[in-house]
Amino acid sequence: MSAVADVAETRRTYTVRLELVDEPGELMRALRPVAENGGNLLSVFHERGNLTPRGNIPVEVDLECSPGRFDDIVAGLRDAGVTVTQAGEDGYAEEVTLLLVGHLVDTDLSDTLATVESCSGASVADFSLDAPAGTDEQSSARLRLAVDPPQVSEVLSVVRDVADRKGLQVVEPLVEGER
Amino acid sequence: MKLAVVGAGAVGRSVVRMAGEYGHTVTAVADSSGAAVDSDGLGAEAVLSRKSARGSVGAADPGEALAAEYDALVEATPTTLGDAEPGFSHVRRALDRDRHVVLANKGPVAERYGDVRRLEDESDGEVLFEATVAGAIPVLGTIADYGPAQVTAVRGVLNGTANFILSRMAAEGLDYEHVLAEAQDLGVAEADPAFDVEGTDAALKCVILANVLGDGSYTLADAEVSGIVDIPPSALSLAQEDGRTVRLVGEATPTGIRVGPRLVSMDSPLAVGGTENIVQLETTHAGSLALRGRGAGGDETASAVLADVARLDR
Repeated sequence: MSAVADVAETRRTYTVRLELVDEPGELMRALRPVAENGGNLLSVFHERGNLTPRGNIPVEVDLECSPGRFDDIVAGLRDAGVTVTQAGEDGYAEEVTLLLVGHLVDTDLSDTLATVESCSGASVADFSLDAPAGTDEQSSARLRLAVDPPQVSEVLSVVRDVADRKGLQVVEPLVEGER
Repeated sequence: MKLAVVGAGAVGRSVVRMAGEYGHTVTAVADSSGAAVDSDGLGAEAVLSRKSARGSVGAADPGEALAAEYDALVEATPTTLGDAEPGFSHVRRALDRDRHVVLANKGPVAERYGDVRRLEDESDGEVLFEATVAGAIPVLGTIADYGPAQVTAVRGVLNGTANFILSRMAAEGLDYEHVLAEAQDLGVAEADPAFDVEGTDAALKCVILANVLGDGSYTLADAEVSGIVDIPPSALSLAQEDGRTVRLVGEATPTGIRVGPRLVSMDSPLAVGGTENIVQLETTHAGSLALRGRGAGGDETASAVLADVARLDR
Protein backbone atom coordinates (compact mmCIF):
# COMPACT_ATOMS: atom_id res chain seq x y z
CA MET A 1 0.00 0.00 0.00
CA SER A 2 1.32 3.41 -0.78
CA ALA A 3 0.19 6.95 -0.91
CA VAL A 4 1.29 10.05 -2.71
CA ALA A 5 2.01 12.76 -0.18
CA ASP A 6 3.15 16.31 -0.30
CA VAL A 7 6.72 16.79 0.79
CA ALA A 8 7.69 19.64 3.05
CA GLU A 9 9.82 22.28 1.41
CA THR A 10 13.41 22.48 2.49
CA ARG A 11 13.62 23.89 6.02
CA ARG A 12 16.24 26.47 6.77
CA THR A 13 17.63 27.93 9.90
CA TYR A 14 17.15 31.59 10.76
CA THR A 15 18.24 33.83 13.58
CA VAL A 16 15.90 36.48 14.93
CA ARG A 17 16.90 39.08 17.53
CA LEU A 18 14.14 40.37 19.76
CA GLU A 19 13.87 42.90 22.56
CA LEU A 20 11.63 41.95 25.43
CA VAL A 21 10.27 43.94 28.31
CA ASP A 22 11.41 42.39 31.61
CA GLU A 23 8.03 41.08 32.73
CA PRO A 24 6.86 37.60 33.71
CA GLY A 25 5.45 35.58 30.79
CA GLU A 26 6.93 37.92 28.20
CA LEU A 27 9.28 35.31 26.71
CA MET A 28 6.51 32.70 26.34
CA ARG A 29 4.27 35.27 24.71
CA ALA A 30 7.02 36.32 22.31
CA LEU A 31 7.77 32.80 21.17
CA ARG A 32 4.18 31.75 20.49
CA PRO A 33 4.02 33.28 16.97
CA VAL A 34 7.02 31.14 15.93
CA ALA A 35 5.19 27.85 16.47
CA GLU A 36 1.87 29.25 15.30
CA ASN A 37 3.41 30.07 11.94
CA GLY A 38 5.04 26.69 11.39
CA GLY A 39 8.48 27.44 12.82
CA ASN A 40 10.51 25.08 14.96
CA LEU A 41 12.51 26.62 17.80
CA LEU A 42 16.12 25.49 17.89
CA SER A 43 17.53 27.63 20.66
CA VAL A 44 16.71 30.70 22.66
CA PHE A 45 19.48 32.82 24.12
CA HIS A 46 17.97 35.05 26.75
CA GLU A 47 20.53 37.65 27.84
CA ARG A 48 19.15 38.57 31.24
CA GLY A 49 21.23 41.20 32.91
CA ASN A 50 22.35 42.62 29.62
CA LEU A 51 19.97 45.45 28.76
CA THR A 52 19.56 47.15 25.44
CA PRO A 53 19.83 50.97 25.22
CA ARG A 54 16.05 51.05 25.52
CA GLY A 55 16.19 49.10 28.77
CA ASN A 56 14.85 45.87 27.31
CA ILE A 57 16.31 42.36 27.41
CA PRO A 58 17.91 41.15 24.16
CA VAL A 59 16.91 37.65 23.11
CA GLU A 60 18.41 35.71 20.24
CA VAL A 61 16.18 33.02 18.77
CA ASP A 62 17.36 30.35 16.33
CA LEU A 63 14.52 28.75 14.49
CA GLU A 64 13.93 26.45 11.57
CA CYS A 65 11.19 26.88 8.99
CA SER A 66 10.56 26.71 5.28
CA PRO A 67 11.70 29.90 3.52
CA GLY A 68 8.08 30.67 2.60
CA ARG A 69 7.03 30.83 6.26
CA PHE A 70 9.82 33.03 7.57
CA ASP A 71 8.14 36.31 6.66
CA ASP A 72 4.93 35.11 8.31
CA ILE A 73 6.84 34.40 11.51
CA VAL A 74 8.43 37.85 11.60
CA ALA A 75 5.06 39.45 10.83
CA GLY A 76 3.44 37.31 13.55
CA LEU A 77 6.03 38.49 16.06
CA ARG A 78 5.47 42.14 15.15
CA ASP A 79 1.68 41.68 15.25
CA ALA A 80 2.07 40.32 18.76
CA GLY A 81 3.83 43.54 19.72
CA VAL A 82 7.29 42.00 19.96
CA THR A 83 10.17 44.27 18.94
CA VAL A 84 12.17 42.49 16.25
CA THR A 85 15.55 44.15 15.90
CA GLN A 86 17.09 41.86 13.34
CA ALA A 87 15.73 39.07 11.22
CA GLY A 88 16.48 37.02 8.16
CA GLU A 89 19.41 37.67 5.86
CA ASP A 90 21.25 40.02 8.18
CA GLY A 91 21.94 37.33 10.71
CA TYR A 92 21.69 34.54 8.24
CA ALA A 93 24.00 31.59 8.00
CA GLU A 94 23.02 28.12 6.94
CA GLU A 95 23.21 25.82 9.93
CA VAL A 96 24.58 22.39 9.19
CA THR A 97 24.23 19.72 11.83
CA LEU A 98 26.19 16.50 11.60
CA LEU A 99 27.39 13.62 13.76
CA LEU A 100 30.90 12.29 14.18
CA VAL A 101 31.37 8.75 15.48
CA GLY A 102 34.59 6.98 16.48
CA HIS A 103 37.62 7.49 18.68
CA LEU A 104 37.00 11.21 18.89
CA VAL A 105 39.02 11.92 22.00
CA ASP A 106 42.04 9.77 21.08
CA THR A 107 42.23 11.41 17.68
CA ASP A 108 42.64 14.94 19.07
CA LEU A 109 39.17 16.36 19.18
CA SER A 110 40.32 19.96 19.43
CA ASP A 111 42.36 19.52 16.27
CA THR A 112 39.29 18.07 14.53
CA LEU A 113 37.20 21.09 15.52
CA ALA A 114 39.99 23.52 14.63
CA THR A 115 40.24 21.96 11.17
CA VAL A 116 36.52 22.51 10.60
CA GLU A 117 36.75 26.09 11.91
CA SER A 118 39.68 26.79 9.60
CA CYS A 119 37.31 26.58 6.61
CA SER A 120 36.43 30.00 5.42
CA GLY A 121 32.83 30.86 6.19
CA ALA A 122 32.35 28.15 8.80
CA SER A 123 32.21 28.22 12.57
CA VAL A 124 31.22 25.64 15.16
CA ALA A 125 28.04 27.05 16.71
CA ASP A 126 27.35 24.19 19.05
CA PHE A 127 29.09 21.00 20.07
CA SER A 128 27.90 18.05 22.18
CA LEU A 129 29.98 15.00 23.02
CA ASP A 130 28.64 11.68 24.24
CA ALA A 131 31.42 9.39 25.39
CA PRO A 132 29.54 6.64 27.23
CA ALA A 133 32.53 4.52 28.19
CA GLY A 134 35.16 7.15 28.73
CA THR A 135 37.90 7.69 26.21
CA ASP A 136 38.69 4.01 25.41
CA GLU A 137 35.53 3.31 23.47
CA GLN A 138 33.88 4.90 20.49
CA SER A 139 32.16 8.15 21.21
CA SER A 140 29.74 10.34 19.31
CA ALA A 141 29.54 14.07 18.83
CA ARG A 142 26.98 16.39 17.36
CA LEU A 143 28.27 19.51 15.63
CA ARG A 144 26.16 22.43 14.62
CA LEU A 145 28.06 24.56 12.15
CA ALA A 146 27.12 28.02 10.97
CA VAL A 147 28.16 28.14 7.36
CA ASP A 148 27.91 30.73 4.62
CA PRO A 149 25.38 29.15 2.29
CA PRO A 150 27.68 28.93 -0.77
CA GLN A 151 30.35 27.18 1.33
CA VAL A 152 28.24 24.24 2.53
CA SER A 153 29.53 21.53 0.20
CA GLU A 154 33.14 22.73 0.62
CA VAL A 155 32.81 22.59 4.42
CA LEU A 156 31.23 19.11 4.29
CA SER A 157 34.10 17.87 2.17
CA VAL A 158 36.62 19.24 4.71
CA VAL A 159 34.72 17.38 7.46
CA ARG A 160 34.78 14.19 5.39
CA ASP A 161 38.53 14.52 4.78
CA VAL A 162 39.44 15.06 8.43
CA ALA A 163 37.16 12.17 9.42
CA ASP A 164 38.74 9.89 6.82
CA ARG A 165 42.20 10.77 8.04
CA LYS A 166 41.28 9.97 11.64
CA GLY A 167 39.15 6.91 10.96
CA LEU A 168 35.95 8.62 12.11
CA GLN A 169 32.51 8.15 10.64
CA VAL A 170 30.49 11.19 9.57
CA VAL A 171 26.71 11.08 9.58
CA GLU A 172 25.97 13.91 7.20
CA PRO A 173 22.76 15.86 7.11
CA LEU A 174 20.43 15.21 4.26
CA VAL A 175 19.95 18.53 2.58
CA GLU A 176 16.73 17.99 0.72
CA GLY A 177 16.65 19.18 -2.83
CA GLU A 178 20.43 19.21 -2.99
CA ARG A 179 22.69 17.14 -5.28
CA MET B 1 -1.78 -13.75 -19.50
CA LYS B 2 0.05 -17.02 -19.13
CA LEU B 3 2.84 -16.79 -16.59
CA ALA B 4 5.87 -18.95 -15.94
CA VAL B 5 7.23 -18.34 -12.46
CA VAL B 6 10.88 -19.18 -11.86
CA GLY B 7 11.89 -19.11 -8.21
CA ALA B 8 9.57 -20.33 -5.47
CA GLY B 9 10.67 -18.25 -2.48
CA ALA B 10 8.23 -15.95 -0.68
CA VAL B 11 7.68 -13.73 -3.76
CA GLY B 12 7.38 -16.54 -6.32
CA ARG B 13 4.92 -18.43 -4.12
CA SER B 14 2.79 -15.31 -3.60
CA VAL B 15 2.70 -14.69 -7.37
CA VAL B 16 1.50 -18.26 -7.91
CA ARG B 17 -1.17 -17.88 -5.21
CA MET B 18 -2.38 -14.43 -6.33
CA ALA B 19 -2.18 -14.73 -10.16
CA GLY B 20 -5.69 -16.19 -10.56
CA GLU B 21 -7.26 -13.33 -8.63
CA TYR B 22 -5.64 -10.92 -11.13
CA GLY B 23 -7.00 -12.92 -14.08
CA HIS B 24 -3.81 -14.69 -15.09
CA THR B 25 -2.93 -18.34 -15.57
CA VAL B 26 0.25 -19.89 -14.21
CA THR B 27 1.48 -22.43 -16.74
CA ALA B 28 4.83 -23.25 -15.15
CA VAL B 29 6.57 -22.95 -11.81
CA ALA B 30 10.16 -23.86 -11.07
CA ASP B 31 12.38 -23.85 -8.04
CA SER B 32 16.02 -24.91 -7.81
CA SER B 33 15.24 -28.64 -7.75
CA GLY B 34 12.09 -29.15 -9.79
CA ALA B 35 9.24 -27.79 -11.86
CA ALA B 36 5.55 -28.17 -12.54
CA VAL B 37 4.26 -27.42 -16.05
CA ASP B 38 0.74 -27.43 -17.50
CA SER B 39 -0.13 -25.30 -20.51
CA ASP B 40 -3.79 -25.29 -19.42
CA GLY B 41 -2.88 -23.80 -16.05
CA LEU B 42 -1.59 -25.17 -12.77
CA GLY B 43 -3.62 -25.27 -9.58
CA ALA B 44 -1.91 -22.92 -7.13
CA GLU B 45 -2.86 -24.98 -4.08
CA ALA B 46 -1.51 -28.21 -5.51
CA VAL B 47 1.82 -26.63 -6.46
CA LEU B 48 2.26 -24.81 -3.17
CA SER B 49 1.30 -27.72 -0.97
CA ARG B 50 3.72 -29.97 -2.85
CA LYS B 51 6.40 -27.33 -2.27
CA SER B 52 5.79 -27.21 1.45
CA ALA B 53 5.39 -30.98 1.87
CA ARG B 54 8.21 -32.18 -0.39
CA GLY B 55 10.47 -29.16 -0.76
CA SER B 56 9.91 -28.72 -4.49
CA VAL B 57 7.01 -27.56 -6.67
CA GLY B 58 7.12 -30.56 -9.01
CA ALA B 59 8.98 -33.52 -10.37
CA ALA B 60 9.86 -32.07 -13.77
CA ASP B 61 13.31 -30.70 -14.57
CA PRO B 62 13.55 -26.97 -13.60
CA GLY B 63 14.58 -26.18 -17.19
CA GLU B 64 11.18 -27.33 -18.47
CA ALA B 65 9.53 -24.28 -16.96
CA LEU B 66 11.66 -22.04 -19.18
CA ALA B 67 10.64 -24.05 -22.24
CA ALA B 68 6.95 -24.01 -21.32
CA GLU B 69 4.17 -22.04 -22.99
CA TYR B 70 3.85 -18.59 -21.42
CA ASP B 71 3.46 -14.89 -22.28
CA ALA B 72 5.57 -13.50 -19.45
CA LEU B 73 8.35 -15.02 -17.40
CA VAL B 74 8.32 -13.96 -13.76
CA GLU B 75 11.95 -14.15 -12.61
CA ALA B 76 11.91 -14.42 -8.82
CA THR B 77 15.10 -16.34 -8.08
CA PRO B 78 17.43 -14.92 -5.38
CA THR B 79 19.40 -11.79 -6.32
CA THR B 80 22.97 -12.61 -7.27
CA LEU B 81 25.79 -10.15 -7.88
CA GLY B 82 28.46 -10.02 -10.59
CA ASP B 83 27.20 -11.94 -13.63
CA ALA B 84 23.69 -12.06 -12.04
CA GLU B 85 23.33 -15.74 -12.92
CA PRO B 86 21.21 -17.77 -13.24
CA GLY B 87 18.68 -14.91 -13.40
CA PHE B 88 20.33 -13.26 -16.38
CA SER B 89 20.20 -16.46 -18.48
CA HIS B 90 16.52 -16.87 -17.66
CA VAL B 91 15.92 -13.33 -18.96
CA ARG B 92 17.89 -14.07 -22.11
CA ARG B 93 16.02 -17.31 -22.68
CA ALA B 94 12.62 -15.59 -22.48
CA LEU B 95 13.63 -12.64 -24.67
CA ASP B 96 15.14 -14.98 -27.28
CA ARG B 97 11.65 -16.51 -27.49
CA ASP B 98 10.11 -13.01 -27.82
CA ARG B 99 8.41 -13.36 -24.45
CA HIS B 100 8.07 -10.67 -21.78
CA VAL B 101 10.03 -10.74 -18.52
CA VAL B 102 8.95 -9.41 -15.13
CA LEU B 103 11.80 -9.32 -12.64
CA ALA B 104 11.62 -9.56 -8.87
CA ASN B 105 15.33 -10.45 -8.89
CA LYS B 106 17.48 -7.30 -8.72
CA GLY B 107 20.66 -8.87 -10.12
CA PRO B 108 20.08 -8.57 -13.88
CA VAL B 109 19.03 -4.88 -13.80
CA ALA B 110 21.51 -3.84 -11.09
CA GLU B 111 24.56 -5.61 -12.44
CA ARG B 112 23.87 -6.05 -16.21
CA TYR B 113 21.34 -3.37 -17.09
CA GLY B 114 22.94 -2.59 -20.46
CA ASP B 115 23.01 -6.28 -21.45
CA VAL B 116 19.35 -6.69 -20.47
CA ARG B 117 18.33 -3.63 -22.50
CA ARG B 118 20.31 -4.82 -25.56
CA LEU B 119 18.60 -8.22 -25.46
CA GLU B 120 15.25 -6.46 -25.05
CA ASP B 121 15.95 -4.28 -28.12
CA GLU B 122 16.43 -7.42 -30.23
CA SER B 123 13.27 -9.04 -28.90
CA ASP B 124 9.53 -8.51 -29.22
CA GLY B 125 9.41 -9.09 -25.49
CA GLU B 126 9.59 -6.34 -22.87
CA VAL B 127 11.33 -6.32 -19.49
CA LEU B 128 9.69 -4.71 -16.45
CA PHE B 129 11.04 -4.70 -12.89
CA GLU B 130 8.82 -2.70 -10.53
CA ALA B 131 9.22 -5.33 -7.81
CA THR B 132 13.00 -4.85 -7.64
CA VAL B 133 12.74 -1.42 -6.00
CA ALA B 134 10.85 -0.87 -2.74
CA GLY B 135 8.44 -3.81 -2.91
CA ALA B 136 4.83 -2.73 -3.19
CA ILE B 137 5.66 0.97 -3.72
CA PRO B 138 5.11 1.91 -7.39
CA VAL B 139 8.38 3.83 -7.85
CA LEU B 140 9.31 2.75 -11.35
CA GLY B 141 5.75 3.07 -12.64
CA THR B 142 5.62 6.62 -11.29
CA ILE B 143 8.98 7.48 -12.87
CA ALA B 144 7.79 6.01 -16.17
CA ASP B 145 4.59 8.07 -15.98
CA TYR B 146 6.45 11.31 -15.23
CA GLY B 147 9.17 10.46 -17.73
CA PRO B 148 12.65 9.56 -16.45
CA ALA B 149 14.04 12.78 -17.93
CA GLN B 150 11.74 14.80 -15.64
CA VAL B 151 13.03 13.12 -12.49
CA THR B 152 16.26 14.69 -11.31
CA ALA B 153 16.87 12.59 -8.20
CA VAL B 154 15.36 9.83 -6.14
CA ARG B 155 16.12 9.40 -2.46
CA GLY B 156 14.60 7.23 0.14
CA VAL B 157 14.63 4.70 2.90
CA LEU B 158 14.78 1.49 0.91
CA ASN B 159 15.65 -1.20 3.42
CA GLY B 160 13.09 -2.13 6.05
CA THR B 161 15.51 -4.23 8.12
CA ALA B 162 18.02 -1.41 8.55
CA ASN B 163 15.21 1.03 9.27
CA PHE B 164 13.70 -1.26 11.89
CA ILE B 165 17.06 -1.55 13.61
CA LEU B 166 17.77 2.21 13.59
CA SER B 167 14.30 3.14 14.79
CA ARG B 168 14.38 0.55 17.61
CA MET B 169 17.87 1.65 18.68
CA ALA B 170 16.70 5.26 18.81
CA ALA B 171 13.45 4.50 20.62
CA GLU B 172 14.92 2.15 23.22
CA GLY B 173 18.51 3.36 23.54
CA LEU B 174 19.68 -0.18 22.81
CA ASP B 175 22.87 -1.10 20.98
CA TYR B 176 23.07 -2.52 17.49
CA GLU B 177 23.80 -6.14 18.46
CA HIS B 178 20.87 -6.26 20.85
CA VAL B 179 18.35 -4.88 18.35
CA LEU B 180 19.72 -7.07 15.56
CA ALA B 181 19.10 -10.17 17.69
CA GLU B 182 15.57 -8.96 18.37
CA ALA B 183 15.00 -8.32 14.65
CA GLN B 184 16.25 -11.82 13.86
CA ASP B 185 13.83 -13.31 16.42
CA LEU B 186 10.98 -11.41 14.79
CA GLY B 187 11.99 -12.53 11.31
CA VAL B 188 12.66 -8.92 10.27
CA ALA B 189 16.38 -9.62 9.82
CA GLU B 190 17.98 -12.63 8.16
CA ALA B 191 20.37 -14.94 10.01
CA ASP B 192 23.08 -13.28 7.89
CA PRO B 193 21.99 -9.64 7.89
CA ALA B 194 25.01 -8.29 5.99
CA PHE B 195 23.11 -7.57 2.77
CA ASP B 196 20.67 -5.31 4.62
CA VAL B 197 22.73 -3.65 7.34
CA GLU B 198 25.81 -2.96 5.22
CA GLY B 199 23.67 -1.07 2.73
CA THR B 200 24.10 -3.47 -0.23
CA ASP B 201 20.39 -4.11 -0.71
CA ALA B 202 19.54 -0.39 -0.65
CA ALA B 203 22.45 0.29 -2.98
CA LEU B 204 21.23 -2.27 -5.55
CA LYS B 205 17.85 -0.51 -5.59
CA CYS B 206 19.55 2.84 -6.08
CA VAL B 207 21.72 1.41 -8.87
CA ILE B 208 18.55 0.25 -10.64
CA LEU B 209 17.01 3.72 -10.16
CA ALA B 210 20.15 5.45 -11.46
CA ASN B 211 20.10 3.15 -14.49
CA VAL B 212 16.50 4.13 -15.19
CA LEU B 213 17.27 7.85 -14.76
CA GLY B 214 20.65 7.88 -16.46
CA ASP B 215 22.45 6.13 -19.29
CA GLY B 216 22.05 2.64 -17.86
CA SER B 217 25.73 1.94 -17.29
CA TYR B 218 25.76 1.60 -13.49
CA THR B 219 26.54 -1.46 -11.41
CA LEU B 220 26.96 -1.95 -7.67
CA ALA B 221 30.65 -1.11 -8.04
CA ASP B 222 29.71 2.49 -8.89
CA ALA B 223 27.79 3.04 -5.65
CA GLU B 224 29.29 4.81 -2.64
CA VAL B 225 27.93 2.65 0.20
CA SER B 226 28.16 2.64 3.96
CA GLY B 227 25.93 0.75 6.36
CA ILE B 228 24.57 1.13 9.87
CA VAL B 229 26.70 -1.42 11.73
CA ASP B 230 28.93 1.22 13.35
CA ILE B 231 26.21 3.59 14.53
CA PRO B 232 26.26 3.59 18.35
CA PRO B 233 23.22 4.43 20.51
CA SER B 234 25.06 7.58 21.65
CA ALA B 235 24.91 8.97 18.09
CA LEU B 236 21.17 8.36 17.95
CA SER B 237 20.57 10.03 21.29
CA LEU B 238 22.59 13.10 20.27
CA ALA B 239 20.49 13.29 17.13
CA GLN B 240 17.30 12.91 19.13
CA GLU B 241 18.21 15.72 21.55
CA ASP B 242 18.30 17.98 18.53
CA GLY B 243 14.97 16.87 17.00
CA ARG B 244 16.67 14.65 14.48
CA THR B 245 17.26 11.00 13.81
CA VAL B 246 19.48 8.80 11.66
CA ARG B 247 18.15 6.92 8.67
CA LEU B 248 19.89 4.75 6.08
CA VAL B 249 19.19 6.91 3.05
CA GLY B 250 19.83 5.92 -0.54
CA GLU B 251 20.20 8.54 -3.26
CA ALA B 252 20.16 7.95 -6.99
CA THR B 253 20.64 10.60 -9.63
CA PRO B 254 21.44 10.32 -13.33
CA THR B 255 25.08 10.79 -12.33
CA GLY B 256 25.58 8.58 -9.30
CA ILE B 257 24.53 6.51 -6.35
CA ARG B 258 25.13 7.06 -2.65
CA VAL B 259 23.86 5.06 0.34
CA GLY B 260 24.69 5.80 3.96
CA PRO B 261 23.37 6.77 7.36
CA ARG B 262 22.15 10.38 7.25
CA LEU B 263 20.86 12.85 9.77
CA VAL B 264 17.25 13.80 9.06
CA SER B 265 14.79 15.95 10.93
CA MET B 266 12.31 13.93 13.00
CA ASP B 267 9.49 15.61 11.07
CA SER B 268 11.05 14.85 7.68
CA PRO B 269 9.00 12.52 5.49
CA LEU B 270 12.13 10.33 5.39
CA ALA B 271 11.96 9.61 9.13
CA VAL B 272 9.68 6.59 8.68
CA GLY B 273 9.53 4.07 11.50
CA GLY B 274 9.75 0.29 11.69
CA THR B 275 10.11 -1.65 8.45
CA GLU B 276 8.35 0.96 6.35
CA ASN B 277 9.96 2.34 3.20
CA ILE B 278 9.68 5.76 1.61
CA VAL B 279 10.80 7.08 -1.73
CA GLN B 280 10.99 10.76 -2.71
CA LEU B 281 11.22 11.83 -6.32
CA GLU B 282 12.55 15.27 -7.24
CA THR B 283 10.89 16.38 -10.45
CA THR B 284 11.69 19.22 -12.82
CA HIS B 285 8.22 20.74 -12.96
CA ALA B 286 6.32 19.24 -10.06
CA GLY B 287 8.57 19.69 -7.03
CA SER B 288 9.00 16.65 -4.87
CA LEU B 289 6.75 13.72 -4.53
CA ALA B 290 6.79 11.02 -1.86
CA LEU B 291 5.55 7.47 -1.93
CA ARG B 292 5.60 5.37 1.20
CA GLY B 293 4.50 1.88 2.08
CA ARG B 294 5.71 -1.66 2.44
CA GLY B 295 9.04 -2.26 0.81
CA ALA B 296 9.25 -6.01 1.28
CA GLY B 297 7.21 -9.15 1.90
CA GLY B 298 5.94 -11.89 -0.39
CA ASP B 299 2.43 -10.61 -1.13
CA GLU B 300 3.55 -6.96 -1.25
CA THR B 301 6.32 -7.68 -3.75
CA ALA B 302 4.07 -10.02 -5.73
CA SER B 303 1.56 -7.18 -6.06
CA ALA B 304 4.28 -5.15 -7.79
CA VAL B 305 5.05 -8.12 -10.07
CA LEU B 306 1.38 -8.40 -10.98
CA ALA B 307 1.20 -4.63 -11.60
CA ASP B 308 3.95 -5.12 -14.21
CA VAL B 309 2.04 -8.03 -15.73
CA ALA B 310 -1.00 -5.74 -16.01
CA ARG B 311 1.16 -3.10 -17.77
CA LEU B 312 2.27 -5.72 -20.31
CA ASP B 313 -1.32 -6.78 -20.81
CA ARG B 314 -2.52 -3.29 -21.77
